[in-house]
Amino acid sequence: MKRLLSLVLNGRRREDAIGETTLLLDYLRETLGFTGTKRGCDGGECGACTVLIEGEPALACLTLAARCEGRKVETIEGLAGTGRLSRLQQAFHEKLGTQCGFCTPGMIMSAEALLRANSHPDEAAIREALGGNLCRCTGYVKIIEAVQAAAAKP
Amino acid sequence: MKTAGSAQPLIDGIEKVTGRARYSADLPAAHALVGEILRSPIAHGEIVRIDTTRARAFPGVHAVITGEDCDVPYGILPIAHNEYPLARGKVRYWGEAVAAVAADDAATARKALELIEVEYRPLPVYTSAQAARAPGAVPLHAEKPGNIEREVSNSFGDVDGGFAAADLVREQRFFYAEVAHAQMEPDCALAEYDPERGRLTMQSVSQVPYYVHLTLSQCLKMDPSAVRVVKPFVGGGFGHRTETLPFEVIAALLARAVGGAVKVELSREQTFVVHRARPETEIRLKIGLRKSGEILAVDAEVVQRGGAYAGYGIVTILYAGALIQALYRVPAVRYRGFRVYANTPPCGPMRGHGSVDMRHAFETLLDTMAEELGLDPFAVRRANLLEAPHRTLNDLQVNSYGLPACLDWVEQASGWQARRKALPRGRGLGMACSHYVSGAAKPVHWTGEPHATVNLRLDFDGSITLLTGAADIGQGSSTLLAMVAAEALGLGLERFRVVAADSALTPKDNGSYSSRVSFMVGNAALAAGKELQRVLTAAAAHRLEAHPSDIECVDERYRVAGTDRSISYQEAVRAALAGTGPVTVTGTYTVPPELQGGKFRGAGVGPSPGFSYAAQAVEVSVDEGTGEVKLEKVWVAHDCGFAINRLAVEGQVQGAVWMGMGQACSERTEFSVEGRPLRANFLDYGMATTMDSPPIEVQIVESRDPNGPYGAKEASEAALAGFLPAFTSAVAQAVGVQAYELPLTPDRLLEAMEKARTWKR
Repeated sequence: MKRLLSLVLNGRRREDAIGETTLLLDYLRETLGFTGTKRGCDGGECGACTVLIEGEPALACLTLAARCEGRKVETIEGLAGTGRLSRLQQAFHEKLGTQCGFCTPGMIMSAEALLRANSHPDEAAIREALGGNLCRCTGYVKIIEAVQAAAAKP
Repeated sequence: MKTAGSAQPLIDGIEKVTGRARYSADLPAAHALVGEILRSPIAHGEIVRIDTTRARAFPGVHAVITGEDCDVPYGILPIAHNEYPLARGKVRYWGEAVAAVAADDAATARKALELIEVEYRPLPVYTSAQAARAPGAVPLHAEKPGNIEREVSNSFGDVDGGFAAADLVREQRFFYAEVAHAQMEPDCALAEYDPERGRLTMQSVSQVPYYVHLTLSQCLKMDPSAVRVVKPFVGGGFGHRTETLPFEVIAALLARAVGGAVKVELSREQTFVVHRARPETEIRLKIGLRKSGEILAVDAEVVQRGGAYAGYGIVTILYAGALIQALYRVPAVRYRGFRVYANTPPCGPMRGHGSVDMRHAFETLLDTMAEELGLDPFAVRRANLLEAPHRTLNDLQVNSYGLPACLDWVEQASGWQARRKALPRGRGLGMACSHYVSGAAKPVHWTGEPHATVNLRLDFDGSITLLTGAADIGQGSSTLLAMVAAEALGLGLERFRVVAADSALTPKDNGSYSSRVSFMVGNAALAAGKELQRVLTAAAAHRLEAHPSDIECVDERYRVAGTDRSISYQEAVRAALAGTGPVTVTGTYTVPPELQGGKFRGAGVGPSPGFSYAAQAVEVSVDEGTGEVKLEKVWVAHDCGFAINRLAVEGQVQGAVWMGMGQACSERTEFSVEGRPLRANFLDYGMATTMDSPPIEVQIVESRDPNGPYGAKEASEAALAGFLPAFTSAVAQAVGVQAYELPLTPDRLLEAMEKARTWKR
């Protein structure tokens, strides 16, 4: 059974037909072609699919798309809205918070949620906020430095 | 120098932080059918019968293939091709591909898989090297009785004489769990077959698109010119994607069967089962030392459980022996290695290929023997340093050697001398050294071509496109190559675009493995840059009516030195293109013959044009109640010859140390007695998060290798192996228990501490 889903995705209102059991991740990637949100595991292990729902981080692979009815959803594609990089994107780029880049969208979305809630997090708070996002390239060192650099920007 | 030696963000970094980077699974594929693979539910057995009739008849199914559809075995070494994309006659590990389906969508494809009937006759399952080698064991491969894929035996120098002359001889056994690459991107391939032209285009996650190209043309019996391999963004490799992998060939077979496009996307569990990583390894090691700490003799025996197929097995077992040397002066070595087939997924190359487990064993035994002799860990290393240039007993040529400077920095930065003895119980500081090759001096496929080729293409708009077959898999190779070319030309980095790894456009490359790209492809980029510089300078000289040797390029103007006569870069480009049209130059690199190693059997594995070095110290605190180890800090110095991109070198070294940390502390695969994988997901596998990961301070040491591009060597592998022994040494200092088996998980450490207490009582 299909149903209509109305939501605000990256600031734009839209309406799409989805299955009752369609995962938010499949809706974004397969239905819409928003492939910035990644599938890195078989469910809830890696954080690569982290998006924001009403500003809160959520795993798109464990969220039914239907649960987003009427809500605001943000993905990595929404962060550089004006074409300019967000402060986190800029910092991840400049500080090499990204290597292969596969975990990066999820990592940046988790960090975005953190900085909205706490504009000057200490290192422990950053580590905790990113604790559900795995990265295999960086050892997390430059990721943490990138979040610190973004937080330090005015 | 302006560009080389600076700290540059990745040339493709903006795509990565905006989500615009398209990895294999992100490629537009609305036109593609979905491929799914039927996997063996047993780890060893004969295939008696496969019936695909019902699957073929299922609505929405477009093709079903089995082992019947490909009778060409493949593998990595030309002498060890023994794997088929779909099993033929026999399955040898749980999860091995048996059949595959292309269908309208994934749900249909999965239903069709359930309709394929396969009858197996089970055989005994061997999940350890010991069981596979036991008398009477059924051979996995008929031509390899005893399940020994390769036995290596070599000896250099007077080993027995060395032990006889030694003041202290000790022997120890070590055991290492198998680990996995666990790159973040699951495996995926998009294959498109054009039946009108008989052509195949493959986009996949490969580190070595050239091998994929070769293997596809062989397995599909197609002329190589009818195959095109394109590498999209790749989400990490670490060795997982060096060989051509079964799902890549399966995707191509399905695409041809349906006459169109097929996408095969593997789950995380299936990606773990593809495996090709570091084998379960047992080591027996004996070292003889003088009182001074000087190494006199080494005797080592290594057994690796290589899994079900050959893959890189022979290379891995050879590396484990070869890289005992070239870190310290070792005057006598005996080595025996056994690569064993077993009913587990095939092993392969993984970051630090072949060297890691042996390095832990060696550094650990050296450390404990130094303690017996009353020597400081730094002192025993310093008693065995090389002096470059140095040729080892096994013909490895060391031309630059920054290890002494690495040791000095780590000792000072960690506060070793002042702090180590003052640490309270439960806290420890350990150190170790490690090294790695900057590319294997002998390519796997000897063709007579240069080891690396780069093209630079200059057109009317003044942009320069660097064309390389080297796969950027996140390590930053495209950025590095552009930086080298920009430096050689004296132009800004923003003029460059890089096209990496599209066989229709880019020159063939031997691939991103054994840390060869910085050194070999870097040298080719340097040669290409110099050649284009010569072309532009000659054109400018012609326009300025001067001799080319009098032309200098400063701030993108070509000037007759000592005069104010100059033309802009754009004018020089116009002059260069006049008459000839757009210019493409070629730069190549070939490893000099004297760096390609010796003549003995197995001498091809180990030689490299440049060896990189690392030293590190690790500080831990141990909770003696729970066995939990907190990593306080790592100090690591890496000799990369010259850091072309300082930012990338730091990132690579941190990543390598951290990957060593995973193997030391928590990571392992595991199989049930039936051969079923028990940890084929990130959580059970034991990958560390931000909460378990230490600060890693990196010092770059630059020994300026005489053959590297601007003196550069590799930067991403050497530091991995050293973490393991530095860590176990730190734990030993903290709680008096030395680990000979990894990973050192809290339960194992608790058990070892308990044993030590019982023993004391």
